[in-house]
Amino acid sequence: MGQRQSQAMEGNPVHRVSAGDAWSSSMHPDIESERHSQSFNVEELTNILDGGAQNTALRRKVESIIHSEPELSLKDNYFMTQNERYEAAIKKKFHILMLAQRLGWSEGSSELQYASRSVSGDLGFAIHHIFQKTIRSLGSEEQIAKWDPLCSKFQILGTYAQTELGHGTYLQGLETEATYDAATQEFVVHSPTMTAIKWWPGDLGRSATHALVQAQLICSGARQGMHAFIVPIRSLDDHSPLPGITIGDIGPKMDFEHTDNGFLKLDHVRIPRENMLNRFAQVLPDGTYVKLGVPKSNYLSMVVVRVDILLGEVLPLLQKACTIAVRYAVIRRQSRLRPSDPEAKVLDYQTQQQKLFPPLAMAYAFHFVANNLLEFFHHSYSFILDGDFALLPELHALSAGLKAMLSDFCTQGVEQCRRACGGHGYSKLSGLPSLLTRVTASCTYEGENTVLYLQTARFLIKSYLNTQKSPGSALKGSLPQSVAYLTAPDLARCPAQTAADFLQPELYTTAWAHVAVRLIKDSVHHLQTLRQAGADEHDAWNQTTVIHVQATKAHLYYVTVKIFTEALEKLESQPAIHQVLKRLSDLYALHGILTNAGDFLHDGFLSGAQIDMARKAYLDLLPFIRKDAILLTDAFDFTDQCLNSALGCYDGHAYERLFQWAQKSPTNTEGNPAYEKYIRPLLQGRRARL
Amino acid sequence: MNPDLQKERAGASFNPELLTNVLDGSPENTRRRREIENLILNDPDFQHENLNFLSRSQRYEVAVKKSAIMVQKMRKFGIADPAEIMWFKKLHLVNFVEPVGLNYSMFIPTLLNQGTTAQQEKWLHSSKGLEIIGTYAQTEMGHGTHLRGLETTATYDPETQEFILNSPTVTSIKWWPGGLGKTSNHAIVLAQLFTQGKCYGLHAFIVPIRELGTHKPLPGITVGDIGPKFGYDEMDNGYLKMDNYRIPRENMLMKHAQVKPDGTYVKPLNNKLTYGTMVFIRSFLVGESARSLSKACTIAVRYSAVRHQSEINPGEPEPQILDYQTQQYKLFPLLATAYAFQFVGAYMKETYLRINEDIGHGDLSELPELHALTAGLKAFTSWTTNTAIEACRMACGGHGYSHCSGLPNIYVTFTPTCTFEGDNTVMMLQTARFLMKSYDQVHSGKLVCGMVSYLNDLPSQRIQPQQVAVWPTMVDINSPDSLTEAYKLRAARLVEIAAKNLQTEVIHRKSKEVAWNLTSIDLVRASEAHCHYVVVKLFTEKVLQIQEKSIQAVLRRLCLLYSLYGISQNAGDFLQGSIMTESQITQVNGRIKELLTAIRPDAVALVDAFDFQDVTLGSVLGRYDGNVYENLFEWAKKSPLNKTEVHESYKHLKSLQSKL
Repeated sequence: MGQRQSQAMEGNPVHRVSAGDAWSSSMHPDIESERHSQSFNVEELTNILDGGAQNTALRRKVESIIHSEPELSLKDNYFMTQNERYEAAIKKKFHILMLAQRLGWSEGSSELQYASRSVSGDLGFAIHHIFQKTIRSLGSEEQIAKWDPLCSKFQILGTYAQTELGHGTYLQGLETEATYDAATQEFVVHSPTMTAIKWWPGDLGRSATHALVQAQLICSGARQGMHAFIVPIRSLDDHSPLPGITIGDIGPKMDFEHTDNGFLKLDHVRIPRENMLNRFAQVLPDGTYVKLGVPKSNYLSMVVVRVDILLGEVLPLLQKACTIAVRYAVIRRQSRLRPSDPEAKVLDYQTQQQKLFPPLAMAYAFHFVANNLLEFFHHSYSFILDGDFALLPELHALSAGLKAMLSDFCTQGVEQCRRACGGHGYSKLSGLPSLLTRVTASCTYEGENTVLYLQTARFLIKSYLNTQKSPGSALKGSLPQSVAYLTAPDLARCPAQTAADFLQPELYTTAWAHVAVRLIKDSVHHLQTLRQAGADEHDAWNQTTVIHVQATKAHLYYVTVKIFTEALEKLESQPAIHQVLKRLSDLYALHGILTNAGDFLHDGFLSGAQIDMARKAYLDLLPFIRKDAILLTDAFDFTDQCLNSALGCYDGHAYERLFQWAQKSPTNTEGNPAYEKYIRPLLQGRRARL
Repeated sequence: MNPDLQKERAGASFNPELLTNVLDGSPENTRRRREIENLILNDPDFQHENLNFLSRSQRYEVAVKKSAIMVQKMRKFGIADPAEIMWFKKLHLVNFVEPVGLNYSMFIPTLLNQGTTAQQEKWLHSSKGLEIIGTYAQTEMGHGTHLRGLETTATYDPETQEFILNSPTVTSIKWWPGGLGKTSNHAIVLAQLFTQGKCYGLHAFIVPIRELGTHKPLPGITVGDIGPKFGYDEMDNGYLKMDNYRIPRENMLMKHAQVKPDGTYVKPLNNKLTYGTMVFIRSFLVGESARSLSKACTIAVRYSAVRHQSEINPGEPEPQILDYQTQQYKLFPLLATAYAFQFVGAYMKETYLRINEDIGHGDLSELPELHALTAGLKAFTSWTTNTAIEACRMACGGHGYSHCSGLPNIYVTFTPTCTFEGDNTVMMLQTARFLMKSYDQVHSGKLVCGMVSYLNDLPSQRIQPQQVAVWPTMVDINSPDSLTEAYKLRAARLVEIAAKNLQTEVIHRKSKEVAWNLTSIDLVRASEAHCHYVVVKLFTEKVLQIQEKSIQAVLRRLCLLYSLYGISQNAGDFLQGSIMTESQITQVNGRIKELLTAIRPDAVALVDAFDFQDVTLGSVLGRYDGNVYENLFEWAKKSPLNKTEVHESYKHLKSLQSKL
């Protein structure tokens, strides 16, 4: 379909994205003026973010289908209880699956992904898909043939049960046991202690019929470590828990109210031998344990999920928060910049720009970073499935580190956007509290971030030590690409002489490389010094973890700066877009340098005068980005229905919507029982006494 | 008692009871506080279901019920002293959120500050006894901290001797006042006063909004709840729209300014006096930061002593996560911050009371600095606390995300502090204005006094510029006094940079205001550095006052950690200003890690000393007895979703399976 044709079908962007209520027919003049003169083509930037104009067209087509279904509306979400949210999410999932069947959207298709995006992932059975994916990556061909179709047709509903009440990211610490009984050729799956109860898995509390349980395998009297087992937990007839199974919901949380995170206690539950996933290890009928892959292969499913959530869950939350906060900042007026002027748009305040533009720059930077990681993942994953694990350590280190960094920064960014909206950012109707409570969970799930940083640190140390081996050794040339800079020539001093020099990608990428290398060297040095002083390996590690985390963060910052600048090189044929994105790249790199100025000053790489130059370059960027800010958030192309924010609508009519939405709150439409029960007696009791 | 916590408590280097006395101000205060707390804990009338399992409207109902009981109980127990009222409320409300709260915290104080004797006679008695329930309506939908921008109008009509109140636009609708939505029947409304065709700016009016007896909104009044929020579920924050609504002339609070029956406006003698309430509330909020952060630290530290994870040495049992350096590095600087803010909060309260006495005698000389200091410290402590509570929550891993931890609740209840009573950025800029004024004063040859007196010693003010080069050798990283000096130098430097950049912009721009805006990032930095210095200074001074050696030793470690951690986090400022050398920064980082190890054995005792009852913490993870996992399981089983084994929504699953 040609672009013109698709535009004709979808109508102009205003129609497509707007909430379609009473105010949508007009634009608030304060937001309209922001869109008057466009320094770049917003549609082209949207196409870049979507990965091509045809993707944009397809996405919009799916969105218009989804938004025309009243069952899939998000607008009552803020008024619902946990129970209602759960039920609504199941209903929506059901509805989308029906749509998919009718329209021929296949499993894993772009259409289904876009459908999920347009309802903000507010759907049941998210973990069911992880269950299915894990079987595909850890199951044998026969196992896949048996279970995969059952999952696809929802004949069974799965969950992935790894985390326990007392144990999280550290897998070896899990206590659940699966003991092989050769007599019956069964595994006996059991929770031996209180802390061994499976805790947190989504879809477990009320939905799932089957759980993929991670448990310590014990066969022929030996413990063989963690393995995955398919355990039926609820009756397929009446959904009641099966014998030996204690199961339920873990209670209210900050968010994910649409998901029934649950607990699972297993009391000597027997499952057939065939229910252990055995692509990489198996137990023979007589109890012999056979290993078919490297131990790391068990972690694969975690790598898959870490990569998936960045683009599918974490990043859009930051992009939405930026859209809402920037739009609100141009219609909110507060105080005066000059006594003679009307009240100024808050986005015109330098302090407001300082709050909002670094997160906006991150929202773009991380788009390119997450896509780059996804490409690398696909590249290495095909090798791994064929049994070639050479790229696994780097993939593991990169995905762990970037998951930690992106989830940390996105969480801080969303909260910064929320707080930049003043009081109204505290109202759920702004949409921002829900974005925050959702994104903050990603700092913990799929690996606690500090633990993940330290996993990346181990990879960095190993890579660094490889560079220190004898000069002629073959290893030098074969450093993984993300750490190749460890052997690149390094400058002792930054050559910048003016503020403008700090706008050279080459210069700031090198600066980040320098700091990362210095900190990695430093952390290795600390570790070795402690070892030489007689500390044992593990204590020495623990005593240096703070600096390892610091070094890893610098490494990851370098990686993200580099990916962003390289992505921009590919956009040079679109100079207007290149220019606007380059400013974001500059801002991203410089913001990092200024927040960590101590690290750059420490060995004199940057002088005090150069820090001042960098600060000037940074401050000078703000007014340029100011001009494009609304367009940059428009380019994310979120529909009003998907944003679900009274403050962030495309047309800028925030106050009218806020008032109307508030009036619809049940606290206003239903009676006030507290008045009858308590307030009236309180008031009248006193009056009688007077 | 959980054996890990038992071991921690046995190994502490000091008696936490003595530290609790320091925090309370005296052993007598501790005793009386506990006495009051026990009154509530042993009172069946205050028992209710766990709030986490209730809907918003149920939580509101519980809060109203408790407020109603509370009024009777306080009278019965003879609790009248403001501090005692606070202890009482702290315990029974858990989070201080109560729908009738603004009647006491805003309505009555405003009446006292701005009402004439006749007005107080008329309204005070009935509002104290809750015959009327009042709230305070200032913020509008489109206008917050910038008061002059408020749009609500009160136009005087001499014919009837009434004010006509109007909300002329959507943005002028009063929005956010607590207790306004459903509970209150009166509001003090801030509105632009118009009389004899002229606008005289903002004034306060007592406005009846609901009919006594039926509680229905009065004609001309549109009032309701603003809908679901991040937190404050118990509170009916409301909106109020007035449509040609008439109130008698006597309902304008006229202690300072007046409108005569014929419409003549008489202006107030001194504007500064109205600062009083703001200064009081902001200094109270500094203490509130300390309390919220102390709660979060208590939960996170106790849980970290109970939780075992992973291994440091292979083959050994899983260690307590508090033994991990990364966990100590996350929590101990926050614990040190909690103590720092406790002492700053106490200082602010004392200073307010002292200066308030001066004001009573007509001496307003200290008010500008106090105003500037409370604004900045409110912003500095609430920003820090906001981030710190969230860091405590994250340090509890997945369970921190569950409401069982109590931490999400502490966070959502605290975070509005960054916005209300003055948006933090605006607060920082108010402090900056004072700093710039002081800088200019010094520059023109006059000395300044108080917390900003360091500006008198700026290198640029001195004759010998080589002073700068002497700085680095002065800093002794083991001396709190010397570190205070380092913070002072940093503040002086950043104030000077901001002042110079401001001057440069003023030369280049036509308007002072534009120049101010283009320097505002520097100005906020300067204010933050100033506040950071004040906190370090007050903490250091407090430690010196402690007599008991064991307490002084442990607080000295916390004070050092607080100061050194701040240097490490802002190393760029200290290096760039040549206040410290690179090797000193390296030493600072090393010393921080030594302090983590030194504080580790006292960590649990340090949070025990905050002396929070389990009820106040509202946390399964932070229980005093440490029996976390058993109670977590019990807590989850009580969740309403677990009332039936097969949930009714199973019907959706069933139909899904049959149709696909």
